[in-house]
Amino acid sequence: MITIEQLSKVYHSKGKSVIGVDDVTLNIDQGEIYGIVGYSGAGKSTLLRCMNVLERPTSGIVRIDGIDLMSLCPKELRKARQSIGMIFQGFHLAMSKTVLENVAFALKASGVGRKERRKRAEELLVLVGLDDKANQYPAQLSGGQKQRVSIARALANNPKVLLCDEATSALDPNTTKSILKLLQEINRELGLTIVLITHEMEVVKEICDRCAVMEEGRIVEQGSTYDIFAYPENELTKRFIQTVIDFQIPEEQLVKIQGTIVHMTITGELAGESIVSDLLQHHDIRGNILHGKIDYIQNQALGMFVMELTGDRSEVERAIGTLHDKLEEVEVLQDAGTADQSMARAE
Amino acid sequence: MLEQLINLWPELNKSFLETLVMVGIGLVVSLMVGLPLGLLLFVTDRALFLENRVVKSIAGVVVNLVRSIPFIILLVFLFPFTNLLIGTTTGPIAASVALSVAAIPFYARMVESSARDIDRGVIEAAIACGASPWLIIKDIIFPEIKSGLISGLTITAISLIGYSAMAGAIGGGGIGDLAIRYGYYRYDNFVMFTTVILLIVLVQIIQYLGDFIAKAVKKS
Repeated sequence: MITIEQLSKVYHSKGKSVIGVDDVTLNIDQGEIYGIVGYSGAGKSTLLRCMNVLERPTSGIVRIDGIDLMSLCPKELRKARQSIGMIFQGFHLAMSKTVLENVAFALKASGVGRKERRKRAEELLVLVGLDDKANQYPAQLSGGQKQRVSIARALANNPKVLLCDEATSALDPNTTKSILKLLQEINRELGLTIVLITHEMEVVKEICDRCAVMEEGRIVEQGSTYDIFAYPENELTKRFIQTVIDFQIPEEQLVKIQGTIVHMTITGELAGESIVSDLLQHHDIRGNILHGKIDYIQNQALGMFVMELTGDRSEVERAIGTLHDKLEEVEVLQDAGTADQSMARAE
Repeated sequence: MLEQLINLWPELNKSFLETLVMVGIGLVVSLMVGLPLGLLLFVTDRALFLENRVVKSIAGVVVNLVRSIPFIILLVFLFPFTNLLIGTTTGPIAASVALSVAAIPFYARMVESSARDIDRGVIEAAIACGASPWLIIKDIIFPEIKSGLISGLTITAISLIGYSAMAGAIGGGGIGDLAIRYGYYRYDNFVMFTTVILLIVLVQIIQYLGDFIAKAVKKS
């Protein structure tokens, strides 16, 4: 649906050039929810704004539904933008227009007649659950309601793509959840492709099918949300995941632990099996869970455990061998034999 | 005193009407020319949807040029132009030419500055909707700054009353002319005070009306 090839954006200011987006290639499929995460300044917002040419890329190709946006004349570009909805962190509603008028504006932009505009705008407000607020002004609404209005406006012209620029970053956790739920419903019911950028990994975990992690204008890692959470490779990705699933054991605690500490990631089907209990039954060791969680990402279970294994040294080693055979991700954080050097453990 | 007032009345009435004509024409022209010029200054600015450095620079220089000429000099400077346009350089209609020329850039800058207060994001969202520049100006920018446009017009009107006194001094008529002829040349304090009071009342009414309308059109 969205194809981005070797896209770069360079800003020139005061004789210096600053790279916003650096040679990004990306494919987003029809009907998926794609997340782009990164800290502020990573270039994710610029990349998103290139997707509807609010920001004109310095080089590269942006193709949406087969149309090369860069090759369009202003009039054609306006037409193309009508099938690309966009919502923003700051909602960006016209304060002097009522809720209904704000939604109707998008329809006016695409040349829909007055009567039809009103009817369609009312339908959209029903869709986002704000039909009772049609004649109020944005200043009278809460943040979540404002974002619903802007979603209605973005959907007005039956777009194929919805771009979300930090759409939930200004909202409280509960409102964020309800907006994400709305986006998910829209995605399922209308088959809309959604691209969202965020600095909250929680948002990605909640609704994204696939995601990419950006740093300094480049995509450093991308894949299905489940894989990214289960097998992160990049340091930055790991740091983002820690914001949602934190398995750090405090330094003071770690020193007190005598046994071997293993971190295991149990994915997919395996999460339903009794791996831990089998391990303890088949080996003459004792296990003590220090940390653990089973999370559901895209309806797939993802289990992560940190365990302390104590017992005969060779038996512990064999147990770890068994784990390695069964699981893809087993990491020994601290070896019993080197417990004294706990500071040197692998992160 | 009452007798003095009755004697002065016809002249006062005529002067007052002349002032209203001068200020009125100036305001109409500012709305017709200054408003579009102000919007042009805004939309051609950097990073806006009709960004155009050449147009922006030319419009900016012209506006600054007119604004940097002291009004009394502009008045005299424009005499040939006024003569060409109206056929005379005296009377309130002739004076309105210079007043209008001065009011256009004044109001244009006011329009521009109230447009700058709009949240750029709102304009951006409109662009993302695929709206045409004209629709954005008409349907987003204009309604958002309507209240500011009225306030700006109020300030312009009050400045024009001040300017009209200068125009009056060199043959334009109006209350300012009256005050100078009687108050200054004939040391007639009664006329002087009467005109000053009249001007104070006029300015107060305009300010009050302006504030009232600006508040009334403000929706949100």
